[in-house]
Amino acid sequence: MGAPSPDADLQAFLLRMGDSCLILGHRISEWCGHAPALEDDIAMANVALDLIGHTRLWLELAGEVEGAGRSADDLAFLRDADGFRNVLLVELPNGDFGNTLMRQFLFDAWHVPKLRGLSASSDTRVAGVAQTAVREATYHLSRSTDLVVRLGDGTAESHRRMQAALDRLWPYTFDLLDVDDAETALAAAGVVPQAAEVAGAWHDHVEAALAEATLVAPADGPEHRGGRSGFHTEHLGYILAEMQFLQRAYPGAVW
Amino acid sequence: MARPSVEQVWDWLAGVPDPEIPVVSVVDLGIVRDVEWQGEELVVTVTPTYSGCPATGVIQLDIEARLRECGVENPRLVRRLSPPWTTAWISSGGRARLESWGIAPPVEGRASTGLPVPCPRCGSGRTERISEFGSTPCKAAYRCVDCLEPFDYFKCL
Repeated sequence: MGAPSPDADLQAFLLRMGDSCLILGHRISEWCGHAPALEDDIAMANVALDLIGHTRLWLELAGEVEGAGRSADDLAFLRDADGFRNVLLVELPNGDFGNTLMRQFLFDAWHVPKLRGLSASSDTRVAGVAQTAVREATYHLSRSTDLVVRLGDGTAESHRRMQAALDRLWPYTFDLLDVDDAETALAAAGVVPQAAEVAGAWHDHVEAALAEATLVAPADGPEHRGGRSGFHTEHLGYILAEMQFLQRAYPGAVW
Repeated sequence: MARPSVEQVWDWLAGVPDPEIPVVSVVDLGIVRDVEWQGEELVVTVTPTYSGCPATGVIQLDIEARLRECGVENPRLVRRLSPPWTTAWISSGGRARLESWGIAPPVEGRASTGLPVPCPRCGSGRTERISEFGSTPCKAAYRCVDCLEPFDYFKCL
C-alpha cells in the first residue's frame, strides 16, 4: 500500500462528518413522540432532520471524492459498523432527557466551530456544505446550551441528573476532539480548520456554560477514543441493525 | 416551439408555489438563483433552504414539471450551495404574503437577539417565543401576548 492520497484523507474526513451527523440524527429521532413536552419533541425532530440533511450533503460528497459510484444512501445503509467513522459520543444511548441534552450540547459545541472553520475551506465543495450547515448548527447549540444551563442550575433532581450525564459522557469528549494524520494533513492544506482552533473554541464554550449551569467537568478519569479508526462501542451495531434493516432485507428497495 | 426567453422562464417559475407554504412561490423565496440557456439545455440553478427540508425534493420536481408543461424539453436543475440561502433573499412581495398567511416574516438581524416579532394577526409587538423550533425547519413557534394567538415565525437564516 502506498501513502494515503489527499483524496483518501478527504474521504475519511467526510465520512467522519457525515457518519457523526447520521448517527446522532438517528439517535435523537428516537425521541420523536416521546419527549417530555410537545415543543421539545418538535425541536428534537427538527434537529434530527437538520442532521440528516447534513448527512446527505457530506456523504454525497464522500461518494463523489471516492469516485466508485457510491451514493449517500449506499454509504449510509450498506456499510458495517467497522466502516463507520462517527465520533463515539453520538452512538451512546439516549438515556434520560438530560443525558440526551448533555450529549447534544457537547456535540454542538464542537460542531459549530468545526463548521465555522470548514466554511472557509480551500475546497469549495466542503465550504459550500459547511456554510449551509453552520447556521442550522448554531440554532442547535443555542438550544442545547440554554437547556443544559437551565437544567444544571435547576432543581436538585435536574442538577443531579445533568451532573451524572456529564460524568458519563465526558470520557468520550476526548474522541470528539481527537485528530489523526489525515486530518492534520488536511489542516495543513487549508481544507479543514486546525484542531487546536476547534478544541479551543469547544473548551471556551463548554467551560463557560458548565460554570453557569453549576456543573463540574470530571478532572481526570478514562479517555475513550477510536471512532475515527472504526473502533466503536457495542451500541453502534444495534443502531445499524435497525437503521439498515430495510435495505439489507430488501436490497435496492425504493418508494 | 421557439426557445422561450429567460424572462419568460422566470415568469413561469414565479407560478411554482412552495409545497409547504403555497402563498409564496419558489421565486419569492429566492431559491431560484439563475436561469440560463446553455446550448439546447435550460439550466436552472437552485439553492436549497434548510439542508434537511423535506420540501426540497418536491420543489425540484415541481420546477421541472412546470418547465416541461410550458414546453421546455431539456430543463436541467443544478444545485448551488454557496453562497448559502438566506432569508434576506425572500422578496418583499413574499414577505407580505407570508404575513397575510399568518406567518410572521423574518425580522432580519433579530433572530437570535430575542427582540419582539410583530404578531401577524393583530400587529402587536408584544409577543413571546415559545420555541426556536416550529412546525417546519424554517419556522419558530411564537405567541401574541395581546390577542393570545400562537403563530409561526419564519426565522432568520
